[in-house]
Amino acid sequence: MIEFDRVTIASGSFRLTDITFVVPGGAYAALVGRTGVGKTTLVEALCGLRAVESGTIRIDGRDVTRLPPAARGVGYVPQDVALFEHLRVCDNIGFALALRGATRAENRARVSELAELMHIEALLDRRVGGLSGGERQRVALARALAGRPSVLALDEPLSALDEATREQMCDALLDAHRVSGATVLHITHSLSEAERLAGRVFRLTADGFRNGP
Amino acid sequence: MSRSIPSGVNDRAFAVAIGGVGGVLIVLIVAMLIASAMAVRPSDISRALASPEVRYALRLSFLTSCLSTLAALWVAIPLGYLLARYTFPMRGLVDALVDVPIVLPPLVVGVSLLALFRVTIVGQAVERIVPVSFEIPAIVIAQFVVGAAFATRTMRIAFEQLSPRQEAVAMTLGCSRAQAFWRVALPGVRRGVVTAGCLAWARAIGEFGPVLIFAGATRMRTEVAPTTIYLEYQAGNISGALAVAAILLLIALVVIAAARMFGASGGRAERGAP
Repeated sequence: MIEFDRVTIASGSFRLTDITFVVPGGAYAALVGRTGVGKTTLVEALCGLRAVESGTIRIDGRDVTRLPPAARGVGYVPQDVALFEHLRVCDNIGFALALRGATRAENRARVSELAELMHIEALLDRRVGGLSGGERQRVALARALAGRPSVLALDEPLSALDEATREQMCDALLDAHRVSGATVLHITHSLSEAERLAGRVFRLTADGFRNGP
Repeated sequence: MSRSIPSGVNDRAFAVAIGGVGGVLIVLIVAMLIASAMAVRPSDISRALASPEVRYALRLSFLTSCLSTLAALWVAIPLGYLLARYTFPMRGLVDALVDVPIVLPPLVVGVSLLALFRVTIVGQAVERIVPVSFEIPAIVIAQFVVGAAFATRTMRIAFEQLSPRQEAVAMTLGCSRAQAFWRVALPGVRRGVVTAGCLAWARAIGEFGPVLIFAGATRMRTEVAPTTIYLEYQAGNISGALAVAAILLLIALVVIAAARMFGASGGRAERGAP
């Protein structure tokens, strides 16, 4: 479950004020809004990458407002996917597990499981430099899921894809949600994309936050 | 009346014009290289290499350049990262100060270093423990000051070209900020580190002005390769000076080739989305 309780985030002259919403545990929610209204700022606050001025953020009932990103259990896929260019696909996916001291066998088993889920088994030994946009998104999603996060934060994951790839990626996102059981917050500027994927839609405008499209 | 769309002929004329103007520099560089190659005979180089003074100067140049490059990278990597990623009071001033050794006349860098170690209390205290000025450490410090400035500039650009979101993602995956630096940011700019190292080393091996003032030009003691060129020239041994110059030229070409093969080429790194 994700809870924002009267959260205010300030970044220079830009402010998001009194944001309150709840995404029930295991739900797939979409946050829709035009470019520049602060969607990425909000998701960065959820991940712990941006300080909150006031209010409380809870994940599964736990106050995470002041916790560092590493302690929040949020799998994050940013808009530019930000794959680790110096690592192979399998090392990107297994990054969180390697950090936690997983054995090589445990790491390999989890990486294979996620590669199968994302249909990228053939890419595991490749460097990420030559991957297509859709392949990069799948690797980023697998990497975010590897540590079994309770929340998945997706920032415009489909915006840079062509129509056919976008449709395939929608299926991949739904598979990821179904298998992981994570609570998903999906940021998008497309209402149709939100309605296609999410059971709950929020809207962020220059005037504020509101429940429903 | 409709205006005509610029034709391909105009585009070609423009390309030829900028190529012609910019080509002046390229022609000059190539002409210098050819002139140097023609002015030096292989026998001059072997005669220079047979001289104990020249061999000492080349060995000392190589050793001090390697030491000063390691020191330059040791400082340039964290400072470049700091300038690329953090906002802090007087950041603009710190950024400008990095350029000081680059824009100062080389002799002024040497005089300033000499003043630091000979005039100030701290410098004098250091000199009592480890003699610096007019000794070998002075060569390393003089090379370090200029090389580190170039290396810091290079590292800052390299870190700026790496998407900060890579470190952000690493932190959500379990890294502290320091771990994100070691595991993601630094490996992500490894080509930039090679370029910065090559630049600092190339600057160091050719450093003359600050070395002359701060370390002196004592044969078989503080004589580095550029000093040899100066001393041979002063002694009227033009062919000897040209031979050492040719050796430095060859070294420079090897360093450029290494930087091109293993270093960063601009804009290759992934940039963050706005």
